[in-house]
Amino acid sequence: MLDLPWDFTAIARYFPGFYAAALLTLQITFFGILVGLVLGLVTGLMRLSTFKILNLPAKGYIWVIRGTPLLLQLMIIYYGLIDLVNIDRMPAAIIGLGVHNGAYIAEIFRGAIQSIERGQREAALSLGMTPTQAMIRVVLPQAFKRSVPALGNQFIIALKDSSLASAIAVRELLLRARQMGSSTLMMLEMLMIVGIYYLMMTTVLTLLVGRVEKRLQVSDYRD
Amino acid sequence: MIKIRELNKWFGDLHVLKDVDLDVAEKEVVVVIGASGSGKSTLLRCINFLEFAQKGQIFIDGKETDSRSKKLHLVRMEVGMVFQHFNLFPHRTVMGNVIEGLTQVKKLPREQALGQGRELLEKVGLSDKADVYPAMLSGGQKQRVAIARALAMKPKIMLFDEPTSALDPELVGEVLQVMKNLALEGMTMMVVSHEMGFAREVGDRVIYMDEGRIIEEGLPEELYKNPQHERTKSFLARLL
Ligand SMILES: Nc1ncnc2c1ncn2[C@@H]1O[C@H](COP(=O)(O)OP(=O)(O)OP(=O)(O)O)[C@@H](O)[C@H]1O
Ligand SMILES: [Mg+2]
Repeated sequence: MLDLPWDFTAIARYFPGFYAAALLTLQITFFGILVGLVLGLVTGLMRLSTFKILNLPAKGYIWVIRGTPLLLQLMIIYYGLIDLVNIDRMPAAIIGLGVHNGAYIAEIFRGAIQSIERGQREAALSLGMTPTQAMIRVVLPQAFKRSVPALGNQFIIALKDSSLASAIAVRELLLRARQMGSSTLMMLEMLMIVGIYYLMMTTVLTLLVGRVEKRLQVSDYRD
Repeated sequence: MIKIRELNKWFGDLHVLKDVDLDVAEKEVVVVIGASGSGKSTLLRCINFLEFAQKGQIFIDGKETDSRSKKLHLVRMEVGMVFQHFNLFPHRTVMGNVIEGLTQVKKLPREQALGQGRELLEKVGLSDKADVYPAMLSGGQKQRVAIARALAMKPKIMLFDEPTSALDPELVGEVLQVMKNLALEGMTMMVVSHEMGFAREVGDRVIYMDEGRIIEEGLPEELYKNPQHERTKSFLARLL
């Protein structure tokens, strides 16, 4: 028998021990995405506004967030702001991930809204709708549908990015793997366990997004 | 019904409407013709404020509307518009399209809106398509739904911007028929269209636009047979 320095049976043995950490990963991701969606919708709409007071802050936010690493953003929120506000590690991770994703989701929504033919808004206005009604009743529903594939992609990125919360001491999957690796001296095995967890979660997420896309096509109406 | 005075519209440096004066009486059917780029669509779009003219006045039913008004949606309610490319709402059924204005703008209870919706669909001959999505319809059917959707608001005037030019030839007739019926019922209409048969049958007046100006107008028979202006002549010669 080949004598490997690794013990792969340990993967099976230690696998269940990561359950709580996986739950934390899911929580950060879920609430991070939720914050991101809200911020993204607001920012996306502001970005499209012709008013500079709305448009410029949105532009600035997107510029800064997309131009700096998430790891840095997390550290600023958790360590950097400590003199100002003391944010717990979990909320810090969620806020960090949310603010980060908000910038990307804003661009997704903006692109989707701009891709809706001008005639849709005009038809709504010509019925006597106000610009706000036209946006809510006619443009946004179509834009949401069009942004589903890109959003799904962004959610998967967010799930994987949640591993950066390990740098601010959130005991999610990656940090758990490093701690377990040191204590058991089986670093590769522990890292492989979290790899499997991530792969399982991203696979399920991908399937879910695919399902939603299919569902939306039932009332398919594209012409 | 509509009174337009010295209307001028620029797109950047491009002077698209030049001192346009126009009166449309109640129940009148005015057909607008002219070469591509002559400003026909822009004129219609200015009347319901999808575009804003920089100079001039527009009176609808005696009331002047300022394009900076916050109440433009109230003016647009009274002016129905039918577009070349239908612009139906793809995420709503045929019935959903027709009652959208009734439920959202007029705030009618759903039941009442549905009742009116059924009447309108019957009027355009599409009662059996109420629950279908627009993507399932032919072009002619789509345009008839679009007409029903605009009519639902009980507008005082209907604007049609080349309603049949995106249609296959065999589908043009069904849309024109709906429009003819509408004209016979006494709807005030402004129609950008090169369908001479329609203009002859129900048109009260034909207007010829050229480079942003109305350079000739008259009864359909006369204008088609006996155009006065050189440019009208050469345009009509090319059309035939
Ligand atoms: N949104 C816009 N921005 C800039 N230029 C425009 C815009 N819309 C129209 N134009 C220009 O204004 C002129 C008049 O356009 P308009 O659409 O009113 O012409 P039309 O008579 O309806 O032509 P067609 O028969 O091709 O529909 C054209 O030169 C066109 O290129
Ligand atoms: Mg046109």
